[in-house]
Amino acid sequence: MSPSPRAPGHPAGGTRRTGGEGLPAVAFVLGIVGAVAFVAVYVTGANTQLLGVSLCITMGGIGVGMVAWAKRFMTPPHPEVEARGRIESTEEEIQAFHDDFNVGEYELQRRGLLTKLMFGAIAAMGLAAIVPFVSLGPAPGADFKRTKWRNGKRLVTGDGQPVKADAVNTDGVITVFPEGDAGDEFAQTLLIGLQPGRFTPVAGREAWTPNNLGAFSKICTHVGCPVGLYEAASGQLLCPCHQSTFDVYRACEPVFGPASTPLPQLPLGIDGEGYVIALGDFSSPPGPGFWDQRRPDTAPEGER
Amino acid sequence: MSATRVRGRRASSSKAAAPAKKPRLSRLGRWIDSRVGGARIGRGFLHKVFPNHWSFLLGEVALYSFIVLVVTGIYLTLFFDANTDPAVYDGSYAPLHGQTMSSAYKSTIELSFDVKAGLLVRQIHHWAALIFLGAIVVHLMRVFFTGAFRRPREVNWVIGCTLFLLALVNGFAGYSLLDDQLSGTGLRIAYSVMIAVPVAGPFLASVVFGGNFPGTDIIPRLFVIHILVVPVAIAVIVSVHLAILVKHKHAHFPGNGARDDNVVGERLWPTYTFKAAGLLFLVAAVEGLLGGIAQINPIWLYGPFRAENVSSASQPDWYMGWLEGGLRLFPNWETRIGWFTIPNQFYSGVLLGGITFTLMFAWPWIEARISGDRDEHHVLDRPRDKPRRTATGVGALAFFTVLGFAGSDDVLAVAFGLSVNALVWTFRVAIFVVPAIAALTAYRICQELQRRDGPVVDPAADDVSTDVDEPDDDDLGQEPAPTGAISRSP
Repeated sequence: MSPSPRAPGHPAGGTRRTGGEGLPAVAFVLGIVGAVAFVAVYVTGANTQLLGVSLCITMGGIGVGMVAWAKRFMTPPHPEVEARGRIESTEEEIQAFHDDFNVGEYELQRRGLLTKLMFGAIAAMGLAAIVPFVSLGPAPGADFKRTKWRNGKRLVTGDGQPVKADAVNTDGVITVFPEGDAGDEFAQTLLIGLQPGRFTPVAGREAWTPNNLGAFSKICTHVGCPVGLYEAASGQLLCPCHQSTFDVYRACEPVFGPASTPLPQLPLGIDGEGYVIALGDFSSPPGPGFWDQRRPDTAPEGER
Repeated sequence: MSATRVRGRRASSSKAAAPAKKPRLSRLGRWIDSRVGGARIGRGFLHKVFPNHWSFLLGEVALYSFIVLVVTGIYLTLFFDANTDPAVYDGSYAPLHGQTMSSAYKSTIELSFDVKAGLLVRQIHHWAALIFLGAIVVHLMRVFFTGAFRRPREVNWVIGCTLFLLALVNGFAGYSLLDDQLSGTGLRIAYSVMIAVPVAGPFLASVVFGGNFPGTDIIPRLFVIHILVVPVAIAVIVSVHLAILVKHKHAHFPGNGARDDNVVGERLWPTYTFKAAGLLFLVAAVEGLLGGIAQINPIWLYGPFRAENVSSASQPDWYMGWLEGGLRLFPNWETRIGWFTIPNQFYSGVLLGGITFTLMFAWPWIEARISGDRDEHHVLDRPRDKPRRTATGVGALAFFTVLGFAGSDDVLAVAFGLSVNALVWTFRVAIFVVPAIAALTAYRICQELQRRDGPVVDPAADDVSTDVDEPDDDDLGQEPAPTGAISRSP
């Protein structure tokens, strides 16, 4: 394009194309127009769609202009060839490097004790430097397995209202929390109105479902999504994340999908004023499994 | 006639500009050169030759998307408030009026509705992230199928896989920052997979989340990871990636006299520079357009995160789909030895991801061991000439594609009126059958294409035959080289 021989290997002046500047010229003009339009759109209300279109026009114009320019005027008729050169060093270079390096290496070898002490000190320092990362979180303690459910705690809804035993219809479901801890992730529980006579309790938990009310952890035992879908006819709870399915009437045993353990059950009672209360913590630690989730010594009471 | 006029005008204008401009530029150049040198090296760079093939642009698309991500990301940090303190929304999006939400979510809603060009930049950022990951994956496929990971490029393969991993982490960290219902669900799953690591898991999750899920630390921590730690790591590692590329000089396809000891293509200045800069603008233009007209991650529809809520059809961004699919498909197995448990999600989450990246990182050495080929290569393979490698790659792609679809099985079930349970079982079978069929098919197609090519000499195999051009495609008119065995297959 320009008279100076910018592109080496460029065809000589005689064969240089003189037409064809049209496309890059129009594209660059669009680049300017788009930029002006972008500012105009921004000033007049900043419509997101128009901003995007004008941004596309300005940058697309510049891009098309540059590529078209390169393709039309900067591409030599024959490809350029360059020698690749050698990546490896020659044997002499390696030998020379060795010789120079040995000057220091010899010193390290001669004073082996110092060398070992130095690297030992650096390693010790490195390990020590990792320790502050422990401050980032508490050591997993009892609250990894214990929730805030306690004997006598009322069940409350998300906005803190206690639930009366007669307020849950058959096939009805509400999400409940321990009183005073509404919204607590680990303690979230589904309170379900069971169809009379259909529920098969686990041995030892016959009294956990007063007034045909059953309560189970809402945290999927697979990877912890809330088990949010209840199909009352089949009595199945479905986790919408990975389709783990639990049979409510068999104490939430998993019947389909990747979950391998049942949803822990919450023992229920009814207090003197007719409100539903918990009689303890879940039957087992809620949530997805981890290596010592079933270790008995730290498990909450009520573990099977 | 008009051409002469154009030329004349240009010549005169450049003459008029030349005396004013040239000395100034060269004085600056001299000033720099006399302090740090560089004209000699710089000239070498101007002469550098880059091979020309569309597939070599894929890595560039990733790089330019990264640039767009940095520019748009810096803008977003000026508005985003990365903490979980509760706040009441009172902005212009009526459906959320009066709701209590975290400051992270609230500031993102305000950025989207009440900051001029805020939604545009946010959506460009998200689209650029999707394209960034997409370009990385397709670039990785190009490198795999053409054998560009072979010596001396194993190191750059490993660096590239590291970049892929970092991009994946940062994509997830980025969309998890906003504390909406969908991203909170994703974080819950990430936490649950973390605690599954035997013995270290609960401690690891506690250190990352600052205690039990969800806590209040994860959002500010993700912010530091997303805008500082990982982007800086990516920038540094990309620089090494490119420095090694410059050192090696780009690999090239056979033909046009390409050999292992030369590089055939276009010079850096001006041809390649103009094309590359043009591509940068084109990539940004496409991402700008998408950011303007294609809605992405409408978090105002998802609502603020509440631990007890979840939405059906919850879907991660596309590059996490294979991990989601793994979690969905794996049977309900877990390992129990007394009370010691290896939970289900250790296999479907930790192991699947771990094995995938281990195999990916190790591939250059795995293949070299199988093929016995440890020579230096700069001429790329055509996929058909290495049927076993191509079949392996196609099989792996099919595997991850099936996983990706399995990650959407609930959406597919609704869209096509199918039973989710039937779909899950279909995918559990397909995850074995489809990759096998895909690999076999690819192998046979490679063989058929080779047969149609006729016997050819692999220029990489024999230095004497370097002047024989490879056919560009199914060129049946190609005269068969007499001695040529078909190239060495791994």
